[in-house]
Amino acid sequence: MTDSHTLVAERVSLGYGDRTVVEGLDLTVPPGRITAIVGANACGKSTLLRALSRLLAPSQGQVVLDGKAVHTQPTKAVARTMGLLPQSPLAPEGIAVADLVARGRSPHQRMLSRWAVADEQAVEEALGLTGTSDLVDRAVDELSGGQRQRVWIAMALAQQTDILLLDEPTTYLDICHQIEVLDLLTDLNRTRGTTIVMVLHDLNLAARYADHLVAMCGGRLLAGGRPEDVLTAATVEQVFGLRSQVVADPVSGKPMVLPIGRHHTSTPSPAHAHAAPHAR
Amino acid sequence: MSTAYATRPSPSPLRAGRRRRVASRRRAAALLGVLVLTLFALSLMVGQTFYGPGEVWRVVLGQDVPGASFTVGTLRLPRAVLGLVAGASLGIAGVTFQTMLRNPLASPDIIGISAGASAAAVVGIVVLRVDEALVSGMAIVAALVTALVIYLLAYRDGVLGTRLILIGIGIAAMLDSVVAYVIVRAAAWDLQVAMRWLTGSLNGATWGIVLPLVVAAAVLMPALLAQSRQLDLLQHGDDTASALGVRVERTRLTVIVAAVALIAFATAAAGPIAFVAFLAGPIAARVVGAGGSLMIPAALTGALLVLAADLAGQHLFGTRYPVGVITGVLGAPYLVYLLIRTNRAGGSL
Repeated sequence: MTDSHTLVAERVSLGYGDRTVVEGLDLTVPPGRITAIVGANACGKSTLLRALSRLLAPSQGQVVLDGKAVHTQPTKAVARTMGLLPQSPLAPEGIAVADLVARGRSPHQRMLSRWAVADEQAVEEALGLTGTSDLVDRAVDELSGGQRQRVWIAMALAQQTDILLLDEPTTYLDICHQIEVLDLLTDLNRTRGTTIVMVLHDLNLAARYADHLVAMCGGRLLAGGRPEDVLTAATVEQVFGLRSQVVADPVSGKPMVLPIGRHHTSTPSPAHAHAAPHAR
Repeated sequence: MSTAYATRPSPSPLRAGRRRRVASRRRAAALLGVLVLTLFALSLMVGQTFYGPGEVWRVVLGQDVPGASFTVGTLRLPRAVLGLVAGASLGIAGVTFQTMLRNPLASPDIIGISAGASAAAVVGIVVLRVDEALVSGMAIVAALVTALVIYLLAYRDGVLGTRLILIGIGIAAMLDSVVAYVIVRAAAWDLQVAMRWLTGSLNGATWGIVLPLVVAAAVLMPALLAQSRQLDLLQHGDDTASALGVRVERTRLTVIVAAVALIAFATAAAGPIAFVAFLAGPIAARVVGAGGSLMIPAALTGALLVLAADLAGQHLFGTRYPVGVITGVLGAPYLVYLLIRTNRAGGSL
């Protein structure tokens, strides 16, 4: 059923005020798959995510959800189809985990409606999936960074949307919690078919967890496709201006980037004839 | 017997915890309500002549009680109702602004909206000599214009916050000087009016002053309460709120207009009662705890503050002080505390 939702950006230009961040970008989000967006700082990744989630109106082009421009659809209806976890959401002082996660049910509630069994079940399930059931009575501001991030994801899960957008869900987390969060999102994708779009900083984790990898550079879409096809030394050089070797990750077989800095290279770096024209 | 209990499905910890918190918030709000009613009754009973609850009740029911009918019905009742409704209006409007801008300093009495209403009212009464209804109208327009000016001056990519508060404090200072200037030029005999527009006072409350406020509150408070769920979601940031289905700009606009109008009506009737809008929310948050809407608790706390401060100002000291002097004495230290605390926490408010 989730495969029926389509999310497409059609020649969108995005910016803040007079400053254009993204220009004429096309992106089709594969339904029921995990898409990761990577790129250097300030390349427009988060801006694109904000536009996909209707937070930012494109100056040109449009974002189309299920065949209709997302900005013409009612906010609440969109919020029942598509959830978003922003980079740094805020929690009011002293709010309990259970109450925060329950707020994820808002788009499913009417003004004076009572808390229903379906709401209760959605919250229970979200807490269970994120391993936060034991934290329900704790105040959110007392939690560790990893716990807090899982609680925020629980809130987004309680929303029960078929599309979930996440802006750097692994920031502030140590490696163990990063893997935990990405595994959780993969579970969600595999068991429920949730379409996931996330901005990720870590190229190797993006390559490992994404079905579809999108590389952005200077507000444009540089490459999009299977991680094996997108993540090459040439792409890394173009996107980050960084020389690297890309090898197969011995754990997953997905591409893995080994950056080549100015130090600590035991073997002379292989000559990258094709990379030279792009060097800055 | 015990097995009968054991077979009943016990509520999940999630449900039990939520119920417990809701019940405790309701208990705390009910306690505030009882306190407000008690103080309201006390303000009708206490004065130069004491009237018992029986006599007061008969006056409220409209019966003719010699002596009490005038003292309680004409003098004390409008005053108590003014304290109740003005306090509740300031409380609910204050917490609305504080919640919306996610900052305890962002209350309408700190950022100049009350000062806008005051300045217009003072000019209306002292300079233009217009009647009460028109004064209310001028105060409301001025408050809305002040809010709009502050909003426009602070606007940059839709980001509100610290800049808005600093601009508001500056505007408040300018408007306060307008009030002071007009009052200095006013006739010396008009000290009651002067005090009312400097600090806020319930003196001289008549039904003519009180009724417009009561009508406004009856319309605007439900309008604010209808937005309380959306407002609570705005606390998570505009992006999260929007992703949860809140129409952010529309909610903000509705809430600003309703809260500013409430402040304006309350100020037109009772003057800028110092710090009530600023204090009610934080006190209510302490009393009822986090996690739910603070609108009703803050309205009750606002009423409580004004009624208590007026009773204290009238009867506790040798001299009679207007209510705003008492709330000002309470509020100023909290403002200083808040400024010190936020400065320690990083210096950027």
